Amino acid sequence: MERAQPKPTMKTTGAQLLRILLERQGIHTLPGIPGGAILPFYDALHGSAIRHVLARHEQGAGFIAQGMARVTGRAAACLATSGPGATNLLTAIADARLDSVPLVAITGQVSQSLIGTDAFQEVDTYGLTLPITKHNFLVRNAAELLDIVPLAFQLAESGRPGPVAIDVPKDVQNAAIEINTLPEPGRRQQLPPCADELIDTLAHLLAHAQRPVLYLGGGVIASNATELARTLAHRSAAPVVSTLMALGAIPPEDPLFMGMLGMHGTQGTNLLLEEADLVLAIGARFDDRATGKVAEFCPHATIAHIDIDPAEIGKIKTAFLGLVGDAADILCRLLERLPPQKHPTWLARAAELRASYPLQHPPRSEDPLHPVNLCRFLGEQLPSDAIITTDVGQHQMWVAQAYPFRQPRTLLTSGGLGTMGFGLPAAIGAALAAPNRRVACVTGDGSILMNIQELATLAEENLPVAVLIFNNTHLGLVRQQQELFYGQRYEASRFATSPDFAAIARGFGVRGIRVDPSTDPLTQISAALTGDGPCVIDIPINTTENVYPMVPPGAANRHMMIAQPELTHA
Amino acid sequence: MPNPMPTSTILELIVRNHPGTMSHITGLFARRAFNLEAIVVVPLPSTETSRILLHMADEPKLEQVERQLTKLHDVLSVHHRPDLSPQIFSRLINQIPTAPCKTF
Repeated sequence: MERAQPKPTMKTTGAQLLRILLERQGIHTLPGIPGGAILPFYDALHGSAIRHVLARHEQGAGFIAQGMARVTGRAAACLATSGPGATNLLTAIADARLDSVPLVAITGQVSQSLIGTDAFQEVDTYGLTLPITKHNFLVRNAAELLDIVPLAFQLAESGRPGPVAIDVPKDVQNAAIEINTLPEPGRRQQLPPCADELIDTLAHLLAHAQRPVLYLGGGVIASNATELARTLAHRSAAPVVSTLMALGAIPPEDPLFMGMLGMHGTQGTNLLLEEADLVLAIGARFDDRATGKVAEFCPHATIAHIDIDPAEIGKIKTAFLGLVGDAADILCRLLERLPPQKHPTWLARAAELRASYPLQHPPRSEDPLHPVNLCRFLGEQLPSDAIITTDVGQHQMWVAQAYPFRQPRTLLTSGGLGTMGFGLPAAIGAALAAPNRRVACVTGDGSILMNIQELATLAEENLPVAVLIFNNTHLGLVRQQQELFYGQRYEASRFATSPDFAAIARGFGVRGIRVDPSTDPLTQISAALTGDGPCVIDIPINTTENVYPMVPPGAANRHMMIAQPELTHA
Repeated sequence: MPNPMPTSTILELIVRNHPGTMSHITGLFARRAFNLEAIVVVPLPSTETSRILLHMADEPKLEQVERQLTKLHDVLSVHHRPDLSPQIFSRLINQIPTAPCKTF
């Protein structure tokens, strides 16, 4: 690490240098929790322009950073001390890995002289983060920070985004260092462009397909290619199916939009894929929740696959044509080559499938608190640029099915890892990163308890976040699986006691209401949403409502279960 | 999609030589359930890199292994070595007498 030039030198410490490098990366907001091994860095933050947000659990700090990164598309950072601070961050890091979220996690570590001695709050953070990051670093001297910090941000944002961990021993933070020059901030690196011939071939495939479908994944949003994807759909006369992670890429009003595919996708969407002769996957990874039994996914289709990660091509499903590169760049060049196509019969078939299999639910007048009705009501109440975060479970699937996401990055949800506890801290991060937008966290009575301590952070920051608890006093998706696949042997899925969430919210200094279902519940929700500052709205819903359709785990997507007739009101 | 034929492959990697690189590589094989039969690592003199030979037997997802290895930041290059036989690993180890067995 030679940085030769003499004079003028700056005398500083590892901790100060780390702070300077983060400032130069454009880090304005930094969630975290202090502790012994990271204290020199906290001391360096004192008086800095960086605004530290004190979370109440390191996992909360990690998800606050994720919320910021998911809204902006830029790498966010979070902070924790060694040992339990680092282990508490792991879930948020693993979550970022599976959903390709750019995150830089910085942890304190015991001094290098103590590493390996089982020192107080010592844990092998490098080893623990190794399988759940894009890359990770253990900083061995202060000068290494000059290379590592920019590289960490470059890696987090380049190619397929993801988390990077930097473990900084306390002696490295305390070390005196003289520096002459500061490195350029790490930035997203352009990948080599996809070869023209492959794009020609793709244009040829699309021009000769009779029943093409676009299958959009989160990569379409990550590459800011949503408008291009929509243009391509209309140019190629191809209906569009979306994964959970791509919701918002195409507005639901678009006549070509077929909604979400997979386990809880609509029937028409899954059936359409059975009939397709060409499926173009863009930034999607053929996840098992989307494909069902993969051998029977799109049985009649040629698969073409655009992805920025070469290892995704052919990982799950053999692609006839794989194009590695930035989706926006590839779609731009594809559109230059593709004349407008017409498939009136195919589009009529898609429209027929969509019309034939609407979501089954009672009308609002009859059951206003049915979760599908609730999600649609929220869609009417909130502006179209409102950011919705969810937790994980039934409420997440109802939101995915019924909330009208009209813009990219308006749905923040834990897709790959499926982390309960994601929603509240992610909503805090979203509100910090998008100060003038409405943010709502739709959660369940199970999920909210997994990071409820972040209500303290929310109260402290006084952010306009509404937390809506779909309260069925159950781990609803577990209960549903036990009902459908485990002979109705309910084990550990019902909560014998249910806390008073409105009172809990007030205890944290947050407005809290419990909706009374007997007297115009939607007006109560609407009134709570129009108030100032954060609020918690506890909404009692039917305790045995199931999410339908549902493809049994491991089954092909055509084997969808739908609501039992006696439970169906519509 | 698994290849119909079992494979026996030797890959040559040039990697950054620093603590943790080996963990990244062996960890990748462990968590993606790839087969790894043998491994030899030697630092390249007067560089900050090392050379690694990996032997994989009956690995149906060979292409996936290569792509995942290529993605690792510390892996600088991945090459097939069809000219090498898996015997090089056993020859190497056979040249060295086994240490006397010691019971703890």
